Amino acid sequence: MLKVEKRMETPTYLKVVIPIVSVLVAILFSSLILLITGENALAALNTIFAGSLINWQEVLVNGVSLMIIGIGIAIAFKMVIWNIGAAGQMMMGMIFAAGVALFLHVWIPPALLLPAMFIAAIIGGGLWALISGGAKAVWNVNEVITSLLLNYVALYILQFLVNGPWKGVKSMGFPQTDPFPEAARIPTIFPTGRLHYGLLIAIIVVIVFYFLLNKSRWGYEIRVIGEGRNVARYGGMSLAKNIFIAMFASGALAGLAGAIQVSALEGRLSPHMNTDIGYTAIIVVWLSRLHPLVIGIVSVFMGALLYAETSLPAAGIPTEIAKLMQGLILFFVIAGDFFSRYKVKMVKE
Amino acid sequence: MEQYLVEMKNIRKVFPGGVVANDKVNLSIMKGEIHALLGENGAGKSTLMNILTGLYRQDGGELFIRDEKIEGKYGPKEAIAKGIGMVHQNFRLVKPFTVAENMVLGNRKTIIYDEKSIVSKIEEISEKFKLQISPKAKIWQLSIGEQQRVEIIKMLYKGAEILIMDEPTAVLTPQEVKSLFDILKGMTKEGLSIIFITHKMNEVLTYADRITVLRGGFAIKTLNASDTNESELADLMVGRQLDTKRMIDDGVNIGDVVLKLENVGAMNDKGLPALKDVSFEIKGGEILGVAGVAGNGQKELSEVITGLRSVKKGSVIFKGDNITKESVRKIIDRNIAFIPEDRHGMGLANNLPATDNAILKMYTKKEYGRFLLNKKKIDEATTKMVNDFEIKIPNINCNVKLMSGGNLQKLILARETFENPELIIAVYPIRGLDVGATDYVHRKLAEERRKGKAILLISEDLEEIYKMTDKVAVLFDGQIMDVLETKGADIKKLGLLMAGIKEEVDTNA
Repeated sequence: MLKVEKRMETPTYLKVVIPIVSVLVAILFSSLILLITGENALAALNTIFAGSLINWQEVLVNGVSLMIIGIGIAIAFKMVIWNIGAAGQMMMGMIFAAGVALFLHVWIPPALLLPAMFIAAIIGGGLWALISGGAKAVWNVNEVITSLLLNYVALYILQFLVNGPWKGVKSMGFPQTDPFPEAARIPTIFPTGRLHYGLLIAIIVVIVFYFLLNKSRWGYEIRVIGEGRNVARYGGMSLAKNIFIAMFASGALAGLAGAIQVSALEGRLSPHMNTDIGYTAIIVVWLSRLHPLVIGIVSVFMGALLYAETSLPAAGIPTEIAKLMQGLILFFVIAGDFFSRYKVKMVKE
Repeated sequence: MEQYLVEMKNIRKVFPGGVVANDKVNLSIMKGEIHALLGENGAGKSTLMNILTGLYRQDGGELFIRDEKIEGKYGPKEAIAKGIGMVHQNFRLVKPFTVAENMVLGNRKTIIYDEKSIVSKIEEISEKFKLQISPKAKIWQLSIGEQQRVEIIKMLYKGAEILIMDEPTAVLTPQEVKSLFDILKGMTKEGLSIIFITHKMNEVLTYADRITVLRGGFAIKTLNASDTNESELADLMVGRQLDTKRMIDDGVNIGDVVLKLENVGAMNDKGLPALKDVSFEIKGGEILGVAGVAGNGQKELSEVITGLRSVKKGSVIFKGDNITKESVRKIIDRNIAFIPEDRHGMGLANNLPATDNAILKMYTKKEYGRFLLNKKKIDEATTKMVNDFEIKIPNINCNVKLMSGGNLQKLILARETFENPELIIAVYPIRGLDVGATDYVHRKLAEERRKGKAILLISEDLEEIYKMTDKVAVLFDGQIMDVLETKGADIKKLGLLMAGIKEEVDTNA
């Protein structure tokens, strides 16, 4: 008979082994589904993994957004504030950055244009998140619902702008703005490929927030509040103030990621930008157990899976396989969590 | 009429960890009576009822229902099949559903929701017992009193003949209490039996037919309500034998007034008055005990002093400064220590290491880091606490949830006294601790008193009050009934004050 026992403490090696095994099981399981559907499982895995290695720049491009948004989400999640509005906050960041790039660039020296866009995006994304955060702090409104629904509001604002007032003169009828001036573009690192200097910003964000969340007084307050509202109040912490700050920071980082994406990749505002990444980042954060440095690593891994979504159809394999794998990985990692919390023993009766 | 519906004989229940919740408990319920289970918190009332309703299984003793010995599988489903239903303190109703829909929840025999027959059955029950509940009302639209009646209907709908009410009056206004008992009386006339759990003596005497007093897990006595009085019940509830060996020495220099409350009023979480015109003062080198049955405003009292609850009326004065409206952080920085009732949910963050918990009150001080925390300083402080208080912990980076109750309380005590506080608020500081840890906590408090600190000790244990306090204030229904010198205070008088009775008692009797 199998007996399940609660673990007092999870050994460190299991904290590493269990997620890796879970991911392997997920890959195995996806291969099984591929085989059943008659696809060539080996070819698919090859496309995903070898393809990612060859096109590592694209993988990292995805990783940049995931890292920055992921850190933002982790701040809120650590406080047990479920901000799932990163996609919308990201769009507000894009809109604010685009606004600066398109309409204020004449007044801003070229060298300061990018920083100005980033600051605008941070304010835009942060304020957008504060709508949910403020309602939560003041009236205890469920932030899951408000932050999720605000994603649609942000999307419609974006669509309105690119179809209406901000529609470019040179857009040839497409719903998009004019291209940004050159000073508003983040340069690429290499002569070929799309990998851009946003990667540096992402790495800095990961490291800075690692220290902020794990070593600073602010991070301490977030940890304690995440443990329980009563213990935080008892320790003399202001809940409302901390919810405001954390939600602003969370949205600000999503906004920054939006600005980087729109400036480095598209160079113009259009409704076809990859904002789904705001949802994917939630998976990254969950897989990383909210640890900033782990978020940095897992973002790259998830970046590869996202890249596979575009590379698989080219190899004649349905793109859904990559999505399926993302889902399965999350599923198995969460299920695997059971084994880090419980011990399963064989008991002879 | 000597026929018992329920008989519980020599019931014993031990929880993992060796806590004896019930031992040698006998209880018998007659048809058509209102039977009160009276006792303080932790006396074993709920455990006993959970055995009767099949939630727990007794470790010893026998249970008879209608003279049939209960053996084999006996769970909540079997209990209700035998006609035993319980109305819990926290209602188990689905708020967006109607009364009728709530009736059939969890009932596996109901495959088709036949609203017509359910509604007519509810109307029949409601009519018969004057419960005045409309079957189609949604639960969230109903008042608390009405929701309680829905719970009663639910039990009757399921065929309960013995209705257990867990602290039914705790959530009700005085008018609702009266109408509830009118309804219950009416039900007993129809042959139903009622068991109600309470710690309020006046209700017991007014409404019950028979009373069983529990104390410390034992059934002390069963009496007829008509043959007893408050004074006897108070005696039975708190017990008479007390170890009056005092742990604090006489002749400590009494200092200036440290804490003073003037006509303080405050609400509880439900928005009802919890403290009414509370006034007292504590001087340095003095321990003021607050005695009383739990739930009479103790929690609120500790919270208004520490800034966790807003004061509606009156003022809190600390060393001459009015701190009534100050934030929790400001009050902490005034060096007021607080040992809260809830160790896990409030005093400590369970999933954080001992270091994080050690600095909970002083992390804002600059020596622990203005921006980045100074890990070295924090480790030093934590290590000092662990050594000074002999806290058993594998290492200081261990999560505190792995520590035992005694060690957790030591950690709280170490933290709260680390900055040499002027005033210590301690709420039930020995609850759940073993003898050794209890003794340790008491010795530390006595030591702080000797240093000239003022201490407010809220206690549910008269023995602790006798051992540890200079003065005792009795709290009842949010009011301070009286403040007495502990030395020589009459236990009977204390018991009566705790029951809310102020008149002079002839102590020679």
